[in-house]
Amino acid sequence: MLLEGKRVLVTGVLTEQSIAFSVAKIAQEQGAKVVLTGFGRMSLVERIAKRLPMEAPVIELDVTNAEQLAGLAGHVRSYVDGLDGVVHSIGFAPQSALGGNFLDSSWEDVATAVHVSTYSYKALAMATLPLMEKGGSIVGLTFDATIAWPVYDWMGVAKAGLESTSRYLARYLGGRGIRSNLVSAGPLRTMAAKSIPGFEKFEENWVERAPLGWALSDTEPAAKAVVALLSDWFPATTGEIVHVDGGYHAVGA
Amino acid sequence: MTREEVIAGLAEILEEVAGVDPADVSEEKSFTEELDVDSLSMVEVVVAAEEKFGVKIPDDEVQNLRTVGDAADFVLKNL
Repeated sequence: MLLEGKRVLVTGVLTEQSIAFSVAKIAQEQGAKVVLTGFGRMSLVERIAKRLPMEAPVIELDVTNAEQLAGLAGHVRSYVDGLDGVVHSIGFAPQSALGGNFLDSSWEDVATAVHVSTYSYKALAMATLPLMEKGGSIVGLTFDATIAWPVYDWMGVAKAGLESTSRYLARYLGGRGIRSNLVSAGPLRTMAAKSIPGFEKFEENWVERAPLGWALSDTEPAAKAVVALLSDWFPATTGEIVHVDGGYHAVGA
Repeated sequence: MTREEVIAGLAEILEEVAGVDPADVSEEKSFTEELDVDSLSMVEVVVAAEEKFGVKIPDDEVQNLRTVGDAADFVLKNL
């Protein structure tokens, strides 16, 4: 098993369609002990946590709340004695920063998007660093931020920042033997995607253009890549972005 | 399970998940417009209903469940 005996913290589970749910499920199937964090609707996250192969404990975490971040390591320690992996599956932008409002979005709303979706990657890494040792792996989820998409707007800018943040984490944590990598998934019909007005614009040509095709409701390919990056099978890979998009990024029209 | 029991069960869930007064819950009421259940609460209503009634409500089906009566129909058909 890929994660035999490993202890993994997974953020971002909300529904069974969440990429993070699939990550937690496959991580358990691969032998990991999983602890979840949840945000907002904790009662929903707790119901969903019961649907994993093994029910996982859920810790409440708002990544913009310094107090909760400071207390995170202590809460995690009540379930596991350390962490071998951390999964960041968190993003948010106010509606005014999405859906074609790019030119009119206010700094306050953009700042919220960057705080929750970009800075939180570093904040989560630092909050869990006391639990991690050499060989630890941090994995986040991005949506290819090298180009400008329809309707994705400031979320795209936040993802560009996330991709850079991951490279800097790779630089600053490499000395401790801790890796930071991202999975760049194609469009998936999660709650997060449903809250982006005009999301179907991504879907139309992705399925057709991707050399391998693309299943809009199947989070398993992205989750498997996350689990692989958490494992010991990418020991010399950090600051990397692995595309799990059916090959869409590699081809033109 | 009778139709009345399913509707009473849905009312319990709506109260617990979305703070809806059980007295407001009846067949013809729509979840989002009339009972004011937001999209994330609706997700939790569905999850809670699956647990309570032991049914599976597929993602694609949820958009067809506009009213409490629609949900009761689905549950009774799939018990």
